[in-house]
Amino acid sequence: MLNTYAPVQPASDTPAPGLSRRSFLTASLAAGGGLLLAVSLPRFVGEALAADGPFAPDAFIRIATDGTVTLVMPQVEMGQGIYTALPMLIAEELEIDLAGVRLEHAPPDGKLYTNPAIGFQVTGGSTSIRGFYEPLRKAGASARTMLVAAAAQMWGVDPASCDAAKGVVLHPASGRRATYGSLAEKAAAIPVPKEVALKPVDKFKLIGTPAKRLDVAGKVNGTATYGIDVKLPGLKVATVAACPVFGGKLKSVDDTEARAVKGVRQIVKIDDAVAVVADHMGAAKKGLAALKIEWDEGPNATLSTEEIVKQMAALATSGPAVDDKKVGDVAAAEAAAARTVKATYQMPFLAHATMEPLNCTVHVRPDGCEVWVGSQVLGRAQATAAEVTGLPAEQVTVHNHLLGGGFGRRLEVDSVTQAVKIAKQVDGPVKVVWTREEDIQHDIYRPYYYDEFAAGLDAQGKVTSFRHRVVGSSIVARWLPQAFANGLDFDAVDGAAGPYGFPNLHIDYVRHMLPDGFVTGWWRGVGITHNAFIVEGFVDELAVEAKADPVAFRRGLLANDARARGVLDLAAEKAGWGTTLPARTGRGIAVLFGFGTYMAQVADVEIGKDGAVKVRRIVCSVDCGVVVNPDTVKAQVQGGIVYGLSAALYGQITLKDGRVEQSNFDNYQALRIEEMPEIEVHIVDSREAPGGMGEPSTAGVAPAVVNAIFAATGQRLRQLPIDPDRLKGA
Amino acid sequence: MSFTLKINGTSHEVDVDDDTPLLWVLRDVLGMTGTKFGCGAALCGACTVHIDGAPARSCITTIDTVGDSAITTIEAVGASPAGRHIQQAWLDLEVVQCGYCQSGQIMSAAALITDNKAPSDDDIDNAMSGNICRCGTYARIREAIKHAATAYAGEAK
Ligand code: FES
Ligand code: FES
Repeated sequence: MLNTYAPVQPASDTPAPGLSRRSFLTASLAAGGGLLLAVSLPRFVGEALAADGPFAPDAFIRIATDGTVTLVMPQVEMGQGIYTALPMLIAEELEIDLAGVRLEHAPPDGKLYTNPAIGFQVTGGSTSIRGFYEPLRKAGASARTMLVAAAAQMWGVDPASCDAAKGVVLHPASGRRATYGSLAEKAAAIPVPKEVALKPVDKFKLIGTPAKRLDVAGKVNGTATYGIDVKLPGLKVATVAACPVFGGKLKSVDDTEARAVKGVRQIVKIDDAVAVVADHMGAAKKGLAALKIEWDEGPNATLSTEEIVKQMAALATSGPAVDDKKVGDVAAAEAAAARTVKATYQMPFLAHATMEPLNCTVHVRPDGCEVWVGSQVLGRAQATAAEVTGLPAEQVTVHNHLLGGGFGRRLEVDSVTQAVKIAKQVDGPVKVVWTREEDIQHDIYRPYYYDEFAAGLDAQGKVTSFRHRVVGSSIVARWLPQAFANGLDFDAVDGAAGPYGFPNLHIDYVRHMLPDGFVTGWWRGVGITHNAFIVEGFVDELAVEAKADPVAFRRGLLANDARARGVLDLAAEKAGWGTTLPARTGRGIAVLFGFGTYMAQVADVEIGKDGAVKVRRIVCSVDCGVVVNPDTVKAQVQGGIVYGLSAALYGQITLKDGRVEQSNFDNYQALRIEEMPEIEVHIVDSREAPGGMGEPSTAGVAPAVVNAIFAATGQRLRQLPIDPDRLKGA
Repeated sequence: MSFTLKINGTSHEVDVDDDTPLLWVLRDVLGMTGTKFGCGAALCGACTVHIDGAPARSCITTIDTVGDSAITTIEAVGASPAGRHIQQAWLDLEVVQCGYCQSGQIMSAAALITDNKAPSDDDIDNAMSGNICRCGTYARIREAIKHAATAYAGEAK
């Protein structure tokens, strides 16, 4: 398989480059009694390599003397169901009911809680289950082994003659029994076993069985508290306007009228924004609208999307490019090719538009700072608050909350930095809430990509060479600089050759530098969302050139990858590939590998006379290894498809005069219920290590739809979002 | 200006400008944060409440237009049979992902099945089109509405 250079590697039997396979476990007496296990996980990138350093736990498991089992860990629930799935891993090996595991959210501590796959505390990139799959099961098995040993010691019997089930150790021969709670303290004195045997997949009782989500009840009656719902005595609410031109500064504000608005308490100026602090958001918004603001627009006042794209097109020709992969001899293969096919593909800037607009509540006191926020990176939130206030990190407390959607936006702390700057000028706690307009116009955007391809085909239509140049801004260079090696952004080229094995291959990358103040970042699906669309569109073009069926053509390119062929064939079969379709209807396929997961999607689309695209059905096959909670996998696939389809049909952020032209859900549209296609999800029964689920389905839908549009109309769309004007009467 | 609002069967006195949207009175003045803010422009449905039983977007409903109408929010929708059935179906079918849009979805859905105990797909589209879910829970929302309507109709017999 070619694309092993992923930001995070699937936990397979072969360690990925830079990955230490060591995971550690230590045991001690818990404060307040009971057994405390500290789990430390293998590291992947960046700081990850420090795995050889001192033991640093990533999660704790506490078995109290009353038998309650608590998992303390830093991962946050964003709707992806990990508050249910991670306890399942422990409960499976510990032999307790799922309901017996409580979950406690860990406070931010970049040193103590590190995402095993990324190297510091973060929830993102489909990494939670993948990173914790083996370590948490091992921890559960070790704890069970120690509890059994403690019981055996007490009874003077051989541990092998004891069983454990439902939170109790049993000695069947004598009928003796002891609860985990009664054994917890004794177990803390037992050495941690060096090796524990994990259950084989076919012995799983919990993993793979649909389980009810544990975090849901409060979300149907209004009691669940997201960051935006924080309530504190004396809390004020603020809303903010940052300079509409990226990188611009605040020049002056006339706040006479705003101050006269009932409920407005204070106008706060910071270098690039102004905030109105009020008793409630209604007054804050009204006050903000009444401000007369003058901006110093700075050097980006004329920036436009056209200009950015022109720069990128020039870079695609001139480089300098950094090599990602070179296999065989592309130049020789192209010279010998019967035909060469070339194409340019583009993807727009995208906003995240999480349902809950960005917000952050802060209380700055002389001796400390408290932050209330829903964040995927608590350690970073703490660090920025410390920096802005000048306080030591220990004096900054971050209270995490449920996230009303993450999608990568809450991997950033720009809004925390801003809120702390504002709060420094406010006496008492203040909740800074962005309007939807602010949220869309001051996002950290998915990069624009401008990619060029060239492929050689022989006389039989076989692909002899494949060249792909990626041009885009680098997220990694900013967000994870220690992993930005030699000018190559590993995320931008993730999946740049699809799951295919090309005999001659060249992938390279040209970094596009955006002007200061215009920032790009992670967006659900990250690198593969870009590459799956681009590669699968182009491979579809090659199938047409080769006069081959798109499924058969791909199968030919996947000779060495049985799992990829497996999902391809499964989706094709379930979708009825090859059956005839009504007029103006087309069927398209896409296959991809990302985050340790193989996936194929078949889309059926219908094109109206006016060019309107109606996606009728998506058949999705997925091989994501062992499935921890099948119900969650299906929900994640459906959700990912909706997010990806919204972007494919409508999503684009454009710039004019240095400003974002979109502002709310009327011009930055999201898919609505009546546009929802029928979605079928077929999960391959697999024993491989689990892959990520949050991202691949977002990535796979756009290429399947665009290929279906080609099948229906003969129009090849090489740019997103889909432009219905090009399909009129087609 | 002082207003007396009837919310979930209780009277509340508030003193705000007459053009203040109901949403902020609920959330920030009265601390009833179950009703959510998503767009502020009647585009997403997150802020949906019932005013005299009909779904309304509280982000554009100014306080001076409410009068003595009865306002119901997510905190109390479970007191009505339609609301209770919707909430139960939401749990049974595991509709929720991040959950942020779901207060609004549940309010729109509860209003739908109050009047229509056998909603067709078109009825559901019409009633729910104004409610965006960025997590993409639409398929389960549709199923859950049908479940709830069936259960409700069965009970009404
Ligand atoms: S917040 Fe009222 S419709 Fe979006
Ligand atoms: S569940 Fe997250 S927006 Fe609907």
